[in-house]
Amino acid sequence: MGAEWFKDVVFWALAVVAIAGALGVVMVRDLFRAALLLATVFVAVGGFYVLMNAEFLAVVQILIYVGAIAVLFIFGVMLTRDVQQGNAPNRLQIPAGIVSALLLAAMIFTAVTTDWRELADVGLEGKYQAAQTQAVGIMDKGDAEQLTTGSGLSGKEVKSVAEGGLADLLVGEFVLPFEAVSLLLLAAAIGGLALARGRGR
Amino acid sequence: MSLESMLVVAAVLFCIGLYGALARRNFIAVLMSIELMFNGVNLTLVAMGHWLIPYLARYGVQETLSGVLTGQVFAVFIITVAAAEIALGLGIVFAMFRTNESVDLTDAAAMRH
Repeated sequence: MGAEWFKDVVFWALAVVAIAGALGVVMVRDLFRAALLLATVFVAVGGFYVLMNAEFLAVVQILIYVGAIAVLFIFGVMLTRDVQQGNAPNRLQIPAGIVSALLLAAMIFTAVTTDWRELADVGLEGKYQAAQTQAVGIMDKGDAEQLTTGSGLSGKEVKSVAEGGLADLLVGEFVLPFEAVSLLLLAAAIGGLALARGRGR
Repeated sequence: MSLESMLVVAAVLFCIGLYGALARRNFIAVLMSIELMFNGVNLTLVAMGHWLIPYLARYGVQETLSGVLTGQVFAVFIITVAAAEIALGLGIVFAMFRTNESVDLTDAAAMRH
């Protein structure tokens, strides 16, 4: 399909931008440039969300990450600019590199070698056995490849996102964490103000 | 574009962030690296919801239809927590800069004054 081919091209372009930008954030010496590269990474991740049919999340990503967090970083860099040091590494550079590389190798190995289809089957064992055997009969051959070749959401599920399924979940099933997070934001805002204001004033 | 490739990209973002958080001396650079790690985790959550959960749902598990969105709900929470963390983190950065005249973490192993 033409759309799949186009999605692949966009995905790999975004992947290159995101990874190169992320490397830039930790390598570039000028912190101001690092902050701008960080904003680039956020935009690329927003593009990934669009590819995965998470449009609301993409908008939130641009508004909060690029609009608020990246701008806060730029303010922070400008107000505390350390021209001599810049983005200097500490003595832990080599151990940190080894730890990160090992973790990356482990995660890539897991992601690539795990048979996600089989995992999905195991998750159903017992409880949904009947439904499973029933559904296998109806499953057409395209379904088996669906997991690895994209377009995971069927038309019905896309509709449920557009109808406000996310909002239903946020104020329905997840209402307690939702309220807790609002309290956390309030506490963090007050704490940030108190810290930035300093003592004795 | 598949579940595996998305997970690999997310893992790369996470590990670059981990390296930055461990190896940088500037407080603001460490906070930026932590944001990279948050983004890697968010990508993983949304990718799992997008690819794995619909596969479960195809076998007739009705509850998991909302599971597609659960990953996105968690991503929204993580973004909120990240915003709170940055608000507090930059407050600490400014307080540190006022007392120490620098935002170098090796100078500030003890958060006194």
